[in-house]
Amino acid sequence: MQNETIIDVKHLAKSFGSFEAVKDVSFSVQRGDVFGFLGPNGAGKSTTIRCMMSLITPDKGSIEMFGKSLQTHRNEILRNIGSIIEKPDFYKYLSAEKNLEIFARISGADVSKKEIQEMLEFVGLSTRGKHKVGGFSHGMKQRLGIAQTLLHKPELIILDEPTTGLDPQGIIEVRNLILRLKNEQNKTILLSSHQLSEIELIANRMVIINQGKSIVEGSVNDLLQAEEIVVKVTVDDSEKAMRCIPQLAYAKNSEVISSTEIEVLMKKNEIALFNKHLVLNDVAVFSMEPKRKLEDYFIKIIQA
Amino acid sequence: MLLKNTYNELIKILAKPRSYLGFGALTLLVLIIIFAMRLDGKSIISFVTATFENSISFNGHVLNGNLIAFIILQMLIVHVPLLVALVTGDLISGEAAMGTIRMLATKPISRNQVVMSKFLAGAIYTFLIVVWLGFLALFVSRFIFGTGDLIVLNSDGLVILKDVDVLWRFGLGFCVAFLSLLTVSSLSICLSAFTENSIGPIVATMSVIILFTIIGSLDVTVFDTIKPYLFTTHMAAWRSFFENPVPLKDIIQSIIILVLHNVVFVVVARIKFSKKDILS
Repeated sequence: MQNETIIDVKHLAKSFGSFEAVKDVSFSVQRGDVFGFLGPNGAGKSTTIRCMMSLITPDKGSIEMFGKSLQTHRNEILRNIGSIIEKPDFYKYLSAEKNLEIFARISGADVSKKEIQEMLEFVGLSTRGKHKVGGFSHGMKQRLGIAQTLLHKPELIILDEPTTGLDPQGIIEVRNLILRLKNEQNKTILLSSHQLSEIELIANRMVIINQGKSIVEGSVNDLLQAEEIVVKVTVDDSEKAMRCIPQLAYAKNSEVISSTEIEVLMKKNEIALFNKHLVLNDVAVFSMEPKRKLEDYFIKIIQA
Repeated sequence: MLLKNTYNELIKILAKPRSYLGFGALTLLVLIIIFAMRLDGKSIISFVTATFENSISFNGHVLNGNLIAFIILQMLIVHVPLLVALVTGDLISGEAAMGTIRMLATKPISRNQVVMSKFLAGAIYTFLIVVWLGFLALFVSRFIFGTGDLIVLNSDGLVILKDVDVLWRFGLGFCVAFLSLLTVSSLSICLSAFTENSIGPIVATMSVIILFTIIGSLDVTVFDTIKPYLFTTHMAAWRSFFENPVPLKDIIQSIIILVLHNVVFVVVARIKFSKKDILS
């Protein structure tokens, strides 16, 4: 079951007038994946997701979900998907409960009032169920949005920039919710986000798109493992540490940051060797901190 | 799914304060008219009957509930379209403005069903408005002013209808008035499918009604060919039930024109909404 393809997007293209928002995007998501969908602003992420949710009609390409074409099995497919596109918008003049009732009624599943209460509890809004959504903060709406995506127990969850506009506390709350979905409910999740650290923390596979084209796709670990990373090393004497580096073939682009800090470019599996080398050369090592890998990788891919 | 979403649409309509504006405004206007007729109704009636006093003698209870109901209908049926469009013009574009259209369009319900459920909900709201207008105009007026024969002033002269001959005319008149208002509702929902702001379709609906009404009232030969096909020409068809004999052929023709308009508006809205890229 783990290798079953849930989403298969092939050569997707969509233009708005003369502007080509998506030129050639292809990727596939397997059952159980937490799939990171990355790209800079204007790369075509939202357009691709909108095509997948049948909000807009693609000009070219195919979208298959659960082994069926979206074009011919739209309702059947959407019954198995819960989504937040950009930001969840609700009827402000209705309560959280009523909003969930409305969306549950057309979700294609029988959802009881008890299940709505349970879902509000799951997202931490059980005490606000009777309150009108108009008075909710952005973070609360986002959590209500996640409740709405889960109500009908979909197999696939698509979250387009779910942390946009949230404060740090809100980002942590939403991230924890996504992790719970992954760990407790084993959902397949497609997550588009600008928060690269989040993708690095929770995604197992990813695709990077730029200028309307998919550039690289694969396992997050595999893609990042092969990459050299910048390691910040805190030592007792950075000059002494720098003198040891020319002897090493694997440590490149070293740079003194301060009297006790240096940065060195190397592969992940060489960090331990480097540490050993410094200690053997009488350099006291206090910490070795790899800088965020995905961010560097992302920038490198986009710039390329 | 169609009925489930229609139920959803009704919940949304009933939760919006603006939906009660129509009921409130109608209640207020009818009460003002009734109050005015109670105070000064006799002088108004005598002003009208004075023209015919040389040939006809008016005896009995002329200022009765039936006449007040007819006057109320005559005065208000012109304004009710605005009250209907205020709610129905918002049904699709309001969702786009609020962003909820995105949520709605990603659910396993076809776009056609979304549009149809909005038309159905709009029709139910319009029906409730007409029922409320009927209740206020007919039953409250008859309760306050009592019953009696109905005197109607037409372009051909006076028509006097017996009290027992009036209720069915009001009943059928309200049915045709409902069809007229349903056309307004359908037009506003249709226009609503083209825009993404709430006010636009409401203003556009009223503009179309005003434009068509002006074209209909202009005595210009060039417009004569299109006048019979404008829905505004047939919006007063309810009044034909108060002629004697009832011009059934004209009424049926009006009903056909109004139904055709409704069908066109529904089809256009369905095509537009189904093909629309939702970018909001």
